[in-house]
Amino acid sequence: MKELEALSDFTLHLADSALILGQRNAEWCGHGPILEEDLAMANNSLDLIGQARLLYQQVAEVRGNHCSEDQLAYFRDESAFKNFTLLELPHSTALAPSAKGQRDYAVTVARNFLYSAYMVGIWSSLASSPSLAAFAGAVHEVPLQNAKALQWANLSANLKAVAAKSYKETEYHLRHSSDWVIRMGDGSAESHQRIQQAFHHLMPYTQEFWTQQHPAALQLDMPSIKAQWDVTVSDVLSEATLVVPSAQGFLPTGTRGVHSEHMGFLLSEMQGLARAHPGAVW
Amino acid sequence: MSQADPKATPPATPLKEWPLWEVFVRSKQGLEHKHCGSLHAADAGQALNMARDVYTRRQEGVSIWVVPSAAISASAPDEKGLFFEPAADKIYRHPTFYEIPDQVGHM
Repeated sequence: MKELEALSDFTLHLADSALILGQRNAEWCGHGPILEEDLAMANNSLDLIGQARLLYQQVAEVRGNHCSEDQLAYFRDESAFKNFTLLELPHSTALAPSAKGQRDYAVTVARNFLYSAYMVGIWSSLASSPSLAAFAGAVHEVPLQNAKALQWANLSANLKAVAAKSYKETEYHLRHSSDWVIRMGDGSAESHQRIQQAFHHLMPYTQEFWTQQHPAALQLDMPSIKAQWDVTVSDVLSEATLVVPSAQGFLPTGTRGVHSEHMGFLLSEMQGLARAHPGAVW
Repeated sequence: MSQADPKATPPATPLKEWPLWEVFVRSKQGLEHKHCGSLHAADAGQALNMARDVYTRRQEGVSIWVVPSAAISASAPDEKGLFFEPAADKIYRHPTFYEIPDQVGHM
């Protein structure tokens, strides 16, 4: 059943994106610019990792064969991850992985803003998707021996539920990051320059939001999601006295499993412990 | 907390630290807001966001108030004697001499 595979792959992409950004943002844990913000960013990471867990559980269910959320998070290699390249980049505008720049909160805030503005559109579309509701509703009509069709109905129902939960979390991530974009942009000369530079650096990576293929069965209205995203970005950046940089240039390929040079470093840190002690528990 | 000094002038140089805010959280509909702590924030909007992240992470609340700490006038600790001790020996002010019918339940 090709559609089941497509929906499961899309769920995996959503999970990978959530996990990788959650891992990145967790780097601030204990290093936040101020105590309150440290907690806020740790909350953000825990929201994202929580979303990733729920989504991985769905994928593991479909894959069967002793697949588990931990296996998907810790025992897959770089090319198996389908997250947006944007989310694996370090918290600095330095491009070379060897040039380990200092973490810059402006990059963190700009990325969280661009991504949460996008995910608000995706989650709300999925949560209110008529096709997902129809697939989920069909669960009682599926003959029990048709395992694939049953999996399809279950995956639809659960994806819809995760979307509704994640939408609320992401709405807050958008509020929190918008607030900081405006404070930094309309703040001191230094903060203005840094947040503007962060947007120049990150904007080309957002192209991947719109070039990605989605499962046809979902009937996601990407043009209207993009139109809403454009409005959010231009409203917040203009209030922040920033210019909206062009999104042109190099086309990132993370959703196809071809990642930036930063991804390997991130994965080795995230997966190292689980791979050194497979099956370890608290 | 010290008493607010009405003659205090704002600092000439910009504050190095953000002002302090007191946070009040209401845990359930119908209950009152309770003081639960304080935090530093640049303004009221940011203080609300931060209060949400610092004090309601474990489902503690349904509503948050933030108040500038400087707006609170507090009694002075060295006036404790004249403020509070006179109440200590007036047990007739406690309504403990009434018979309460069982039907009233807990009061």
